[in-house]
Amino acid sequence: MSDLQIKKTSTVYDAIIVGSGAGGGMAGYVLANAGLKVLMLEAGPFFDPAKNSSQLKWAYESPRRGSSTNTRNFGDFDGAFGGWDLEGEPYTTKDKTEFYWFRSRMLGGRTNHWGRISLRMGPNDFRGHHIDGLTDDWPITYDDVKPFYDKVDRLIGVYGTVENLPNEPDGIFLPPPKPRLNELYIKKGAAKAGVKVIAGRGSVLTEALPGNKDRGACFFCGQCGRSCKIYGDFSSSSCLVIPAMKTGNLKVITNAMVREVLTDDNGLATGVSYINKDDMQEYQVKGGMVILGASAGETARLLLNSKSANHPGGLANSSGVVGKYIHDSTGSSAGGWLPQLMDRKRYNEDGTGSIHIYAPWLKDNKKLNFPRGYHIEFGGGMGMPEYGFGFGIQNVNGSVPGRDGKPREAGGYGAGLKDDVRRFYGTDFGMAGRGMSIARADNYCEIDPDMVDKFGIPVLRFHYKWSNDEINQAKHMQETFQSIMHEMGAKYGPPEGPETNYGLEAPGRIIHEVGTVRMGDDPKKSALNKYCQAHDCKNLFVVDASPFVQQGDKNATWTILALSMRTAEYILAQRKKLNV
Amino acid sequence: MNRRDSLKAIGFGTLSATMLLDACKPGDKKLAEETSDSPKTDDASRQPNEIERDKKLNDEKFFNDHEMATITVLADIIIPKDARSGSATDAKVPDFIEFIVKDKPYNQVPMRGGLRWLDLQCLNRYDKTFLDISPTQQLALVDEIAYPKKAKPEMQQGVAFFNRMRDLTCTGFFTSKMGIEDIGYVGNAPNKWTGVPADVLKQYGMEDV
Repeated sequence: MSDLQIKKTSTVYDAIIVGSGAGGGMAGYVLANAGLKVLMLEAGPFFDPAKNSSQLKWAYESPRRGSSTNTRNFGDFDGAFGGWDLEGEPYTTKDKTEFYWFRSRMLGGRTNHWGRISLRMGPNDFRGHHIDGLTDDWPITYDDVKPFYDKVDRLIGVYGTVENLPNEPDGIFLPPPKPRLNELYIKKGAAKAGVKVIAGRGSVLTEALPGNKDRGACFFCGQCGRSCKIYGDFSSSSCLVIPAMKTGNLKVITNAMVREVLTDDNGLATGVSYINKDDMQEYQVKGGMVILGASAGETARLLLNSKSANHPGGLANSSGVVGKYIHDSTGSSAGGWLPQLMDRKRYNEDGTGSIHIYAPWLKDNKKLNFPRGYHIEFGGGMGMPEYGFGFGIQNVNGSVPGRDGKPREAGGYGAGLKDDVRRFYGTDFGMAGRGMSIARADNYCEIDPDMVDKFGIPVLRFHYKWSNDEINQAKHMQETFQSIMHEMGAKYGPPEGPETNYGLEAPGRIIHEVGTVRMGDDPKKSALNKYCQAHDCKNLFVVDASPFVQQGDKNATWTILALSMRTAEYILAQRKKLNV
Repeated sequence: MNRRDSLKAIGFGTLSATMLLDACKPGDKKLAEETSDSPKTDDASRQPNEIERDKKLNDEKFFNDHEMATITVLADIIIPKDARSGSATDAKVPDFIEFIVKDKPYNQVPMRGGLRWLDLQCLNRYDKTFLDISPTQQLALVDEIAYPKKAKPEMQQGVAFFNRMRDLTCTGFFTSKMGIEDIGYVGNAPNKWTGVPADVLKQYGMEDV
């Protein structure tokens, strides 16, 4: 007789939350602080930045000097266990789709390594159909979400400057970090190129957060991406889950991969089943409601894998939209270097690990051959040398005269080369556009009919293609970058051309995929109502980026946090009325 | 949380609070001197599979003794000792290169093949390998592959090899403790960022941007 059996517990939690990222973390925080007994299941291990961050390590403390590996795709010190390629957890594609899916299995998920760029979606992002007819409107407006953005700003902290831009709503801001020297050149050059550059908006505590004794104020090491030992920046682990656990109302089970949501004969959610990766045993847990925050891909996968007589097309999927309308941000980048900055005076220029400056989208699309827009993220300065430092010196050291004023031959070796590397330190800069792509029903993820992962869970299959709308937007990014770099007086290479789709990153590469379980007023065309409650299953909620009808040119995290808080408060109000 | 408490919360094992605060002064290199060059093994920031993989890589050997000796000579040609800092070998760059080709196997064929290409050049000219020819002869050959824009077409594979060797040597040197001090990086320490210093703003005319 085998040891393998499904272990069931009789405890009925008030809520079961799947996923501990921004959405799951916020829901857990609100509900636990309101006194609900909450169980949170996280597919990865426990992670506390205070203990587990690589912050303040020197490059030479890594044998690969900070370069990436297959399990840490963004660098050896990066806060996220990756990533694109999880052992035993494949996904598939069809019809020549190129799609990359980043999964970060750990407490806090991708919020451990993200760029802390915190932008509110604007009025035209929630309701943009009137602009060009290409996008579907959300069932809610910016005004519905604003009170929650405000609360998130106060709870978590974000820096920036008040700018009164029509579609780039201001927050309740901490002071932003001043630009670095390279960034001043960018700002000046961009202005000449007709691109307005303003202070960045990042969830980093440039000042102590009023009323919060658990988090320290930033000490400007520039390493937010490693996650912060003093909780100076936002990670769901440090800012939401760990504080929520302290209430005594949130239990977290890590290394728990949820397979499906369980429902009863009435079609209501009763709990979830999961595999415990530590003992490889099967468990079922019960909850009065189930809240999914597993990320746009994983939440859709979970719903589609939770079939029953009441939900033959997957849980909450009578509309058939689950998995459809997945869309990622567009992304294209460029970089160069400033001869003016050779032989720089050295000083500490680390700053914060989020953007010091950025350029919001302010152009008029009527004059352009693509819809909507993109913001530009910039960076550059005298950072800590890591793997890759000094690469390609032959591409730059022949293009400027030597110290004696005489022309130099590119490449070389020896004392002259050593001197070159010193001279060029701190001259480089980069820029990247992050834009809005149109949500389309024809871009979707579904369950692969044949393949299961190592846990026996059917995997996702992606079908996704960029359209000319996105390709033309990327072309415009490249043209804009060239113009900015020219006005900066920088040296730089030619723009990306049509053969690379103008540098447009493959779908999924920007890791802002959203929209797989869209909200709406019409249950025939949406899976969730405007509180992210499933039309078909009133005790099922979704709090990650799956409910997004249409993303803006704004990174998703701040909106995930605001919507999750709004959904959690709705749940509390409904419980008071005994509706949930 | 006040700043002193938050600094304590970081919990540096080997560093006192005083040293941390001292490190906040511009140009202070105290922190760099105190930390050792070798990676830590019992490390809460590493996952078990990462520790295991690094151990496995460290137990492997890729380059043979002849290749390592050639790499060593090349590395010190590329980054020699000078008034400010030591050579590539002083910063253990050859060991770094050995680790990197194991960690990033796409380097293995180009490096092994490039080293052999180099030796063939020397055998054809002098009947000796690169290691056995004189320093003058070594530099004469390096001159033929170190300058991409003026190299002869038949030396192009050598140019590609030398570009890679130069990249790895530069990065291995300037990310070492010795190299980071040489380049003059100031940072990786708690401080207060108040923007570009006034004298630097003035130097570049950026006061009003």
